[in-house]
Amino acid sequence: MKVSIEVNGRPVAEEVPDRTLLVHFLRDTAGFTGTNIGCDTTSCGACTVLLDGESVKSCTVLAAQADGHAVTTVEGLSDPDGELHPVQRAFREQHGLQCGFCTPGMIMASVSLLADNPKPTRDEIRAGLEGNLCRCTGYHNIVSSVMDASGQEVDW
Amino acid sequence: MIPAEFRYERVSTVDEALARLAEHGDDAKVLAGGHSLLPLMKLRLAAPEYLVDIGPVDELRYVRLDGDEVVIGALSRYSDLEQDPVLRKHAPLLAHVSGEVGDRQVRHRGTLGGSLVHADSAADLPAVVLASDGVLVARGPSGERRIRASEFFLGPFTTPLEPDELLTEVRLPRQTGLGWGFEKFTRRAIDWAMVGVAVVGGKVGLVNMGGVPLRAPATEAALASGASIVDAAALAADGTNPPDEPHATAEYRRHLARVLTRRALTQAAARS
Repeated sequence: MKVSIEVNGRPVAEEVPDRTLLVHFLRDTAGFTGTNIGCDTTSCGACTVLLDGESVKSCTVLAAQADGHAVTTVEGLSDPDGELHPVQRAFREQHGLQCGFCTPGMIMASVSLLADNPKPTRDEIRAGLEGNLCRCTGYHNIVSSVMDASGQEVDW
Repeated sequence: MIPAEFRYERVSTVDEALARLAEHGDDAKVLAGGHSLLPLMKLRLAAPEYLVDIGPVDELRYVRLDGDEVVIGALSRYSDLEQDPVLRKHAPLLAHVSGEVGDRQVRHRGTLGGSLVHADSAADLPAVVLASDGVLVARGPSGERRIRASEFFLGPFTTPLEPDELLTEVRLPRQTGLGWGFEKFTRRAIDWAMVGVAVVGGKVGLVNMGGVPLRAPATEAALASGASIVDAAALAADGTNPPDEPHATAEYRRHLARVLTRRALTQAAARS
């Protein structure tokens, strides 16, 4: 079917098979390969993107379900002039990543969390990111990154 | 992993959905949030020929009061329900447990109706609706019918809905001011409950203690006759036949049911 999605502010319209998953549409059709496919079973959160501003796991959404809607991937966060989004900047400054594979999903989930809860506690951040797995960091610096991004003291 | 091929059809009203279902019969599945169905399709455990996407059917997204009942549109998402002020006041157990399902991403997609018709005894919300004496409203070609939650869960993943029927609404008696509690034990944060217990007003629902969500009648009867929480909770696993698998033996699940029931009843007592 013909699927039209506004990806990072730009309309992308393409004829794709009905069974196309949103994550494949984003990577293969729209060319935004920042969104990773991890477990492919709705568990790890690596494929998290914003659908109409809300975090979703794009391996478990059909492209067709997002037809007519707006999607933001990690590529859509920074300013056009390249200035990093506060969450991106904080992940870099607080060493919120090691291998980086979970990072795009982790950042998008964090953006969604902060939209609902602009000043979360460390515990609320851990609970709010429970749908995203990181096998490197032990999560500590990820929590610090979100604290930093929300303008709070990174209090260990 | 991608699903087997299917034909995708999107509808925007209940009538349109019913027309498609009548046309396709057994060959179609209804797609709501897709967070039970799409994983099954990716694993090729389900391969419907047609998917009827009811995502845009806004008439099925609401929470409101109707006399002494709270009525909830079947397409309401967990993330809608956990924050809904009417639900939080008049059916707080359902609001709370909606916020305990999966993770934030899942709750942005998954729907109450989807969870109920999927009828997985390991899911949280079926036991909540069962403990709440809920009534499910379905529409089909011959009109509307109401099915008590106690008559809705027929077996694993099995309900009395016909292929041409659509679950449209869930009705719960108002629980304003009643004590409630919920406990679940999971191996990891976002796992399905190994066992879960939902309590409201002396009614007890059990998650994953058999092929269908269950009530704990012995516990409820004991409470009604004035037994202590400890004594009543000790009966929570009576008559159950829980799954016996490598993650948890049946005996371990019975133990969990008793412990979690005691905790959930204690929470409920503190709230009443």
